Amino acid sequence: MTTIAPSRERPALAGTTAAAAAPRRRLVLGLAVLGVVLLVAIAASLAIGSKPLGLGTVWRVLGENDGSDAAIIVHELRLPRTVLGVLVGLALGMAGSLMQGHTRNPLADPALLGITAGASVAVVAAIKFLSVTSPIGYVWFAMAGSVVAAVTVYLIGSGVSRTPSPLSLVLAGTAVTALLVSLTTSLLVNDLTTINAYRFWIVGSLAGRGMDVATQLAPFLIAGVVVALAHSPALNLLSLGDDIARGLGQNLGRARAVGLLATTLLAGAATAACGPIAFVGLVVPHVARAWTGPDYRFLMPYAGLLGAILLLVSDIVGRVVVRPGELQVGIVLALIGGPFFIALVRRRRLSSL
Amino acid sequence: MSTHLVVRTPVLSGRVPVRSVAVAVLGGCLLVLTLAWSIGAGDFPIPLADSLAVLAGAGDPAHRFVITELRMPRAAVALVVGASLGLAGALFQTFARNPLASPDVLGITDGASVGAVFVIVSGSSAGVLATGISALGVAAAALAGALLTAAALYLFAWRRGIDGTRFVLIGVGLGAVMTAGVSWMLSKAAIYDLPAAFTWLAGSLAGRGWHEVTPALYALAVLGPVAIVLSQTLRVLQLGDDSARGLGVRLQVAQLSILLVAVCLTAFAVSAAGPIDFVAFVVPQIALRLVGGSRPPLISSAILGALLVLLADTVSRVVLPTELPVGVVTAFVGAPYLLWLLTRTNRKVSA
Repeated sequence: MTTIAPSRERPALAGTTAAAAAPRRRLVLGLAVLGVVLLVAIAASLAIGSKPLGLGTVWRVLGENDGSDAAIIVHELRLPRTVLGVLVGLALGMAGSLMQGHTRNPLADPALLGITAGASVAVVAAIKFLSVTSPIGYVWFAMAGSVVAAVTVYLIGSGVSRTPSPLSLVLAGTAVTALLVSLTTSLLVNDLTTINAYRFWIVGSLAGRGMDVATQLAPFLIAGVVVALAHSPALNLLSLGDDIARGLGQNLGRARAVGLLATTLLAGAATAACGPIAFVGLVVPHVARAWTGPDYRFLMPYAGLLGAILLLVSDIVGRVVVRPGELQVGIVLALIGGPFFIALVRRRRLSSL
Repeated sequence: MSTHLVVRTPVLSGRVPVRSVAVAVLGGCLLVLTLAWSIGAGDFPIPLADSLAVLAGAGDPAHRFVITELRMPRAAVALVVGASLGLAGALFQTFARNPLASPDVLGITDGASVGAVFVIVSGSSAGVLATGISALGVAAAALAGALLTAAALYLFAWRRGIDGTRFVLIGVGLGAVMTAGVSWMLSKAAIYDLPAAFTWLAGSLAGRGWHEVTPALYALAVLGPVAIVLSQTLRVLQLGDDSARGLGVRLQVAQLSILLVAVCLTAFAVSAAGPIDFVAFVVPQIALRLVGGSRPPLISSAILGALLVLLADTVSRVVLPTELPVGVVTAFVGAPYLLWLLTRTNRKVSA
């Protein structure tokens, strides 16, 4: 709730008075702080691992790839997963905000649009019938699966009432997700080979992905980020309820389609890149909202940056805690993020959607 | 059709909700027929009339043996688990005023999964501690996992009372932690333990019998009536916390008892048959659309839940070429029906 303090002199221009400008200035400053934190996290992600490197060394080999061990570690291993971590975290944080905004449900996450379930079916089918077993091989199957699932959910949701209402989206999404999950399970039952490959995909990880995964998916992710940011004023209107939004001149059908397109691009590419990392899309919007209030123009970039930071930090922690092995980022996220989220929910009075 | 029929007799008078009664009665009839089909079908087929006779307490001794010893136990698990999950889902969805708030997303089923998968996975590979636990059995571990998670949920969500949204969000957070735990155990597990773990996680009735169903049956027998009694309070709670308090509801007591009932129903059901994920979400929504009104009806939810699980299990056992876990089939049966209902009933309803 950004409450605008009524100004006695110029009530009509309340938005420009000092009283109202202060929270906005604070929010912009907060964005800058988050940007700096993200840079620190990126540096840490390049330096920390089973072979720790000094920041100086990292900086030097980033500039010139001299073929030394440090250069190979940075260029082949840590740079790809850092780039991927930033992109995927950004994407999931924003996709979660979009999804919660469109369904007006605090429990919504991108998986609700059928994205995770669609990707899972496609990946399982690829493993089972085409014997694909590498992360780069999964990418296009997962992407195709998520898009098909999301379009199905959207079409069924719109079948109910031309422009899908929040509730019809939720119900259609859950029903389609359940169907797809069942399909996945029925493909997996009694097929040990497929289960064995699938269990390492479903856990969600940034490891073992090369720069090629990042470059292939970057166009989708960047397009999604741009659309999501441009879409946030419309989400502000939608959060007033469908009727009021329509009354204020918002084209509901188009807004819904654009928002869900952005969600699909972002979450679909993120899932394709590193498997289902459910937690970011659910939690990060709540953290961001506790900070920014309901204004999506700020909520959206906050959620993106927080998502990127959370994902990178979790990935770094996962590299350190069980040396010389690694804990997958999806697991660390839930172990760090879960308690943090619970503490946040306990402390704050939650703004409703 | 008017929604209520007013009945006046010298002794008792009241308004009978016609659609609720119709749905409950019709669902009950379908349930009996499905039960007769379920206990009749198999390697030794028994005609429908004979199975109905056995159900009524008569019938051929050979038929009685096959049914009471072999097929009835599994059907009973389906009935009890389905009814419990349907009821629990309706309670959760009404309490949180959110159709997504089924026990599956609140971490309770995930807690059960942690317990069960731990026992399955560690049974063959780990040391003394694990063998001690696995002696207790998968069902007991699942029950313990579910109840511990629920206790943690109360503990974390309690802050001068229980707030619906906070409760649900904390449940979701706990659920994520539990799910990660399951994924981690699966990624570390010995490969020959995986099929059992996956089958349990899908929710299966294969090999379940009286031993598994008894605790769940007692839970349903005790908590079902309590839930019905609580439904009057639920109706008031639906107006919002402030209005409910204004109307004289003791809010904390009411909320706590509703949650306790719903959690225990879920925990016992899941420990008996594994997380049959979709039932608690879909059944109340289907019941709501059939009965009409503003919240999922409890009795119809219980009846339809039992019907869905029994139907799915029978289809899986009898119709399908290879038997699938019942949790897989419930979604194949339930989801299209919900979607069809969704596209037909083009009106605003909310849980």
